[in-house]
Amino acid sequence: MQLTLWTYEGPPHIGAMRVATAMKGLHYVLHAPQGDTYADLLFTMIERRDHRPPVTYTTFRAQDLGRDTAELFKTACAQAHARFQPQAMIVGASCTAELIQDDPGGLAKALDLPIPVIPLELPAYQKKENWGASETFYRLVRALAAPVEKRPAGSRPLCNILGPTALGFRHRDDLIEIKRILSELGIDVNVVAPMGASPADLARLGAADFNVVMYPETARAAAEHLKRALKQPHTKEIPIGVGGTRAFVAEVAALAGVDPAPVLEGEGSRLPWYSRSVDSTYLTGKRVFVFGDATHALGLARVATKELGFKLVGLGTYTREFAREVRAEAEAHGIEATISDDYLDVEAAIRAAAPELVLGTQMERHVAKRLGLPCAVISAPVHVQDFPARHSPQMGFEGANVLFDTLVHPLMMGLEEHLLGMFREDPEFHDGVGPSHLGASPVVRPEAVERVPASSPPTPAPVSDSSGAIVLNWAPDAEKELRKIPFFVRGKARSNTEKFARERRLPLITLETLYDAKAHFGR
Amino acid sequence: MTTPLAPAPGCGAIDLHREDGQRAVFCGLTGIVWLHRKIRDAFFLVVGSRTCAHLIQSAAGVMIFAEPRFATAIIDERDLAGLADCNDELDRVAARLIERRPDIKLLFLVGSCPSEVIKLDLSRAAQRLTAKLGSVKVLNYSGSGIETTFTEGEDACLAALVPDLPREAPEAAPSLLVVGALADVVEDQFLRIFSAMGIADVRFLPARNAAAMPAVGRNTRYLLAQPFLTGTARALDERGAKRLAAPFPLGAEGTTGWLAAAAEAFAVPQATFEAATAAGRARAETALGPYREKLGGKRVFFFPDSQLEVPLSRFLAREVGAELVEVGTPYLHRAHLAAEIDLLPEGTRVTEGQSLDDQLDRCRAARPDLTVCGLGLANPLEAEGLATKWSIELLFTPVQGYDQAGDLAELFARPLGRRALLEV
Repeated sequence: MQLTLWTYEGPPHIGAMRVATAMKGLHYVLHAPQGDTYADLLFTMIERRDHRPPVTYTTFRAQDLGRDTAELFKTACAQAHARFQPQAMIVGASCTAELIQDDPGGLAKALDLPIPVIPLELPAYQKKENWGASETFYRLVRALAAPVEKRPAGSRPLCNILGPTALGFRHRDDLIEIKRILSELGIDVNVVAPMGASPADLARLGAADFNVVMYPETARAAAEHLKRALKQPHTKEIPIGVGGTRAFVAEVAALAGVDPAPVLEGEGSRLPWYSRSVDSTYLTGKRVFVFGDATHALGLARVATKELGFKLVGLGTYTREFAREVRAEAEAHGIEATISDDYLDVEAAIRAAAPELVLGTQMERHVAKRLGLPCAVISAPVHVQDFPARHSPQMGFEGANVLFDTLVHPLMMGLEEHLLGMFREDPEFHDGVGPSHLGASPVVRPEAVERVPASSPPTPAPVSDSSGAIVLNWAPDAEKELRKIPFFVRGKARSNTEKFARERRLPLITLETLYDAKAHFGR
Repeated sequence: MTTPLAPAPGCGAIDLHREDGQRAVFCGLTGIVWLHRKIRDAFFLVVGSRTCAHLIQSAAGVMIFAEPRFATAIIDERDLAGLADCNDELDRVAARLIERRPDIKLLFLVGSCPSEVIKLDLSRAAQRLTAKLGSVKVLNYSGSGIETTFTEGEDACLAALVPDLPREAPEAAPSLLVVGALADVVEDQFLRIFSAMGIADVRFLPARNAAAMPAVGRNTRYLLAQPFLTGTARALDERGAKRLAAPFPLGAEGTTGWLAAAAEAFAVPQATFEAATAAGRARAETALGPYREKLGGKRVFFFPDSQLEVPLSRFLAREVGAELVEVGTPYLHRAHLAAEIDLLPEGTRVTEGQSLDDQLDRCRAARPDLTVCGLGLANPLEAEGLATKWSIELLFTPVQGYDQAGDLAELFARPLGRRALLEV
C-alpha cells in the first residue's frame, strides 16, 4: 500500500477516456461501479466540453454482485450500441471490475455486434493515466490501421499527426501550430489522431508517408507499431522552444523530402530577440526548477537554459516510463533528476534546490505558493485556468513566444529587482514586498534584526545535538549581514554558509565565515 | 426501465416511479470533502485504488492543499497478489500517518469498492489500530460506490460514530440532538432559536471535534437536519434515542416545521415558540419576496444526486411558486420524508433511482426552465440551451434555516439571471 495525498496521474481507464473523448464515432463501455462517473466532470468542467464523454458505465452496485454483473455489462453494451450507433467500441474494466473478473472483451464478443469491438487490458493496480492513454491508442491503431493505397507519385507529401487527446495540456493550440508548420513546408495532413479522428480515419492512417509524434507519452507506442506494420517512420524531435522547433522542422523536412529553409528562414519567433534585448540581462543565471511530464520537463529545461539563460537547479518527472531520458538531461546539467510521483518528495527537492523560479504542474504551483516562490505551469495535471480561451500553444514558434512570456511574467522585473537591491532600507522597497504585478498584499517589514545586540557574544565551544551534528550559531552581525542579501538568494546563501561552517566544524558563523563561504561557493 | 409504483402508504399523492440503469452520481467517498472540515481533529484514510484518490482530489479541487486531513492508502498489485499482508500494510500506513500528524484524535478507515470486493475487514483493522495507536480512536465505515451514493457517505460516517458515543444517564433530563453536518454558522443560529424556545440542552452530531461528541440515551430526542441519514437514525434508535418526525429545515416553512417538532416534543408553549421564531420568519419572508417573481412559474427538473431533491423541490414549489417537472432522487426514505411528501404538490413526478440516458431524453423533451444536475451533465445541457444549476453547491453552501432561505432561492435564481444578462 502506498500512502497518497495527491496523485499526478489518474488510473489508466482515465487515459482510455481521454482517447475516447478526443475521438468521434467511438464509444467506450466501461465496467465500473457506481460513482466512477465522476470522471465525466474532468472533461465537462476542466476542459469545459459541451458534450458528455462518449462513455457508458455499468455502474454496478453491491446488490448486483450477488447476481450477474456480466449480464449487466452485456446489457449496457448492447444498449450503448443501439443508442449511439458508433463506428467502433472499446470495452474494459475499471479497478473494481478488474477484481470481479468479468471479461468485458469476451462478453462484448458474445454480443456479436456489427462493428469492431476492441477490448482493453488496463491493469489498474500497476499502471496509470498516461500509460492507459498510450495503450488505448495503440490498441485502436493496431486493430483498425490496415495497409492502404499510398498517395499518387508526384503529389504533396502526406503525414499523420499523432498524440493530441482530450484533457491534454495545450493540445488544442499545439495542434494548430504543428499544422501551420506542416502547411508552410508543403506537407499535407492525412489524419490527426486521436483528437478529432473517427475509427474510419484510423483505418486510413496507412496512406501517410510518415507520422509526426507530438506527445511520446500518448503516441510513441502507436507510432512504433505503425513503423513496424506499415513502414512509416516517425518524428522524435519535440517542437518546444525555438531550438526544438527548428530541429523538428529539419527532421520533418528530411522525412518528407522537402526544403526546410523557407520555414527556418521565416520570421519564426520573437523569443530570440526578446531574450537578447538588454531588458532580459537580469534573467541570466536565474535558478530554475523544472518538473512535469517528461516531454514538457525536457522541453522546458532546454528553453530555460539555452533560450532564456537560466540555470537549471532541478529537473524531474512523474512519468517513470521516461525516467532515463530525464536522468540523462539532468546529468548534463550536473544535477540529480527527481523521478517521483509523490508531491512531498518534489516539495523537498524544490526546498533543497532553492530555486528562484519553479516550472511545474498544478501541484508545484501550490508548493511554490507555500514557499513564496514565483512559478509557472508547464505540464499536466492542470486546473481549469490552464485550458484558456485564448490561443496559448507551447509548441512551434508561437509556442516559444508564449513560453517567453510565461517564464518571465512571474519574476520580478529587472528594474524592480534593482530598486530592491539599492534601496533596501527604504520603506517602499524592502524584502517583504512581492512583485508589484502579482497582487500580493503589502507586508510589514520585519524589524527583528534591529533588536539583536550589536556586539557578538563570546565564542562558544562547538556543541553537538543528540544526533552528533554540530548546532550552528549565527553571530548577530552575520545574521544582520545575511539579511542584506537579496531575499531570493538568501536561502541559498544561508544553506551554503551553514554547509561551509559544518564542514569546518566552526562553532559560530561570523561575518568572516559568511564572506569566506561566499568566496568558496561563488554564485 | 421505469416502473410506475402504486401509491405507497405515506407517499401522499405523488406520482412515484422507480428506475434502474446507468447512474451518474458520486460515491460516498465524496462526503469526506465536507466532513473533514466539520470534525477538525479527524483524519479520513481511504483504503482503495488510484481511482479513489483521483476522485477525491477531483472533487476537493484546490482544497487538498489547505492542510488536507484525508488521504488514500492505494492498494497495489503486491497487496492483491498476497505478497504483502494487507493488514500489516494498513498498520504501517496508519502509523506513518499518525506520526506525521500527531494532532489527529479520530481516524476513519474509509472502505471503497476495491476494499469491499476483496473483503478487507476494516472493522477489525480499526479495533486493532485503536489498541495500537493509543491516543487515537480508529473507526471505519464504507464510502464505496457499490454501497453508497454521495451523501450516504456522511450517513455511514455518522452511523459509525453512534455506537461509540458516550452513554447518557438513564435519569438524565430529555435532551435534543441535531443530526447531520451543518455549517457552523447555521448550527449557531439554531442554537440561539432553541435557547429562545427554552430548550437548553442541544447537541450536534457530528461535533466539531472528537472529544466533544454528544452523549446519547433513552431520553435523547433527535431531529434529522439532513434527509440522507437512514443508517445513522437506525443506530440512534438502537441506542434508545427517539426521532422527531419533521420536514427538513430548508426554506421558512421547512424550518418552522422542523423547529415545531422540537417545540412539541419539549412542550414549548405556543406563545414562546411564536416569539422565538417570529423574527426569523419575518426575515425569511422579506428575503424570499424578490425570488417569487424570478422563480415563480419556472419549470424545474431535478436529476438525482443527494436525496435533498424532495425537500428542495418542496421549497421551490411552495415558497417561490416554481413548477416541478420531475424530482429525481437516488433513494427515497418513505418514513423520514413523510412530512415532505405530504407537502409536495399533488401529482408531482418523483423518480427514485436512475437510467441516465432515459432521464436525459425526458429532460430534453420537457425543456425545463431550470435543470438541477451534477457537473458531468451541466455544461453539456447548457450547450443544448438548457439552464442548469449544479447540484453539489447545494451541499457545500449553508442553506438551512430562516436566514439562509434567501440564499437558497438565490442559488436557483442565479443561473436564470445570468442567462438574462448575457448578450453574446
